Amino acid sequence: MRLEDFPILKNNIIYFDNGATTFKPQKVIDKINEYYKEYTSNAHRGDYDYSLKVDTEYENVRVKIKDFINAKQKEEIVFTSGTTHSLNQVIFGYCSKILKEGDEVLISKAEHASNVLPWMILSEKIGFNIKYIPLDSNYEINIEDVKKSITDKTKIISLAHVSNVIGDIRPIKEIGSICKERNILFIVDAAQSIGHLKIDVEDMNIDFLAASAHKMLGPTGTGFLYGKMDYLKETDPLMYGGGMNSYFESDFTYELKNVPLKFEAGTQNIAGVLGMGAAIDYLKEIGLDKIHEYEYELKKYAVSKLKEVPNIIIYNEKSKSGCLTFNIDKVFSQDTAVFLNNYNICVRSGNHCAKILKDEIGATNTCRAIFYLYNTKEEIDKFVEVLKMQDKIYDNIV
Amino acid sequence: MDDKLKRDIILEHYQNPINRGFIDNNNYIKVNSRNESCVDNITVALLLDKDVIIDARFEGEACAICTSATSVMIKTLIGKTVEEAREIIKNFNNMINEEEYDSSILEELNVYDTVYRQPNRKNCALLPFKAVKDILGERE
Ligand SMILES: Cc1ncc(COP(=O)(O)O)c(C=O)c1O
Repeated sequence: MRLEDFPILKNNIIYFDNGATTFKPQKVIDKINEYYKEYTSNAHRGDYDYSLKVDTEYENVRVKIKDFINAKQKEEIVFTSGTTHSLNQVIFGYCSKILKEGDEVLISKAEHASNVLPWMILSEKIGFNIKYIPLDSNYEINIEDVKKSITDKTKIISLAHVSNVIGDIRPIKEIGSICKERNILFIVDAAQSIGHLKIDVEDMNIDFLAASAHKMLGPTGTGFLYGKMDYLKETDPLMYGGGMNSYFESDFTYELKNVPLKFEAGTQNIAGVLGMGAAIDYLKEIGLDKIHEYEYELKKYAVSKLKEVPNIIIYNEKSKSGCLTFNIDKVFSQDTAVFLNNYNICVRSGNHCAKILKDEIGATNTCRAIFYLYNTKEEIDKFVEVLKMQDKIYDNIV
Repeated sequence: MDDKLKRDIILEHYQNPINRGFIDNNNYIKVNSRNESCVDNITVALLLDKDVIIDARFEGEACAICTSATSVMIKTLIGKTVEEAREIIKNFNNMINEEEYDSSILEELNVYDTVYRQPNRKNCALLPFKAVKDILGERE
């Protein structure tokens, strides 16, 4: 789809590491350049024309995100450096205030480090319990297991919308409605779904949503946190300084700005935010439904082609995203990735920062290809051809 | 040494590494070593008699370069004094990082003399040496 929009593709590279980060279309690059070349200035600071323009554009991206995920008001969108920052902001700024000893937080063993470690650190301080929702035989989460995992002590459920190792799409809407019914806070890590699937925070009953721009065709170092206004009001900032206070005096009195500005201390990643806005425009122009259909089609195509290749283990045949997790039997994942790299094919090897998933799938390390809108069936053909030559895997080892 | 011979040695050590698996003996000193890309994960155990490494073993999961380097390292270090081992580690590090080194003491470890051409694999080769360095460091 629209390969001509992605200048980096001229390097003849086959890039399947879209779970790590995505390529950027020219429009996003242009937007960032435009800010640096045409109207660089700080936001919320000046009385001159450039600053006003930056302010307007910057706030306009909040509106774009609000529409993109169907939030009620633009103030419910907080700019952050990405998913990791967003999750830490919720967990340490809000959950730390509501959790007590003995409470339960439900996550899964397929969560990314940024949705595990903050919980572990906070639970050391507070003494709540982290519980895992079991994964089914396809390593996916089904609604029955969610229901069974909930107890009277469950205060929070925090899950990725799409997991980054298996690529399964979690039943977010169903979980959201259970959370609403049971008065459980529902946090969604949208790192792998943003830019791939339609998200509607109202319809899905999501209380907090974390996302990164760089995984949806936007720049690195920027992202957002959505939170329901009532919760954001109760959330403490992680950082204090300029841009987030209304006043402070020599007698130590102060007042913080309102949501969302109280969370945006210091000069923000303005170029990044504007680039994120351009990425959203681009995605909307194509349509998320079309993107998802396309990438899922590529995954199914890859699975069917790989059936012709001996010794290939696929861990997530059933998951309905563009994610393909595999190994060559008895070959260490990194050796497979390095071999593919000899043919300019980029896949990720390792545990994909979901370090505790190994307990479940019995493989510490896997190779992961995540297809996106600029990938093609021809690229998958080449990938399959290379994997067919697996007896040559160590030929270039030194 | 030609590339084919190097490759054969590396693959032999990868497929049949020396002293993989620990034995029940509390006198071994163990250190775990992982690289930051979070893939290779090796634990090395040394058995010392005064100043001599009388045995070395390992466990773990790692790529072909890392696993084989662990095995070749073990083969090289057994029987060496701590001082000799330190010299070998230093020179191996230098070789991988394209600095001056003494190939005459590296024995079979010389098969890794072109790993520097693949910068993303340097850490794989160095990983087991990091563990040994930690163990020997503790003895200072
Ligand atoms: C599921 C999931 N959550 C969170 C993250 C963290 O995103 P970021 O590094 O952009 O903060 C990732 C990135 O790999 C991810 O895949």
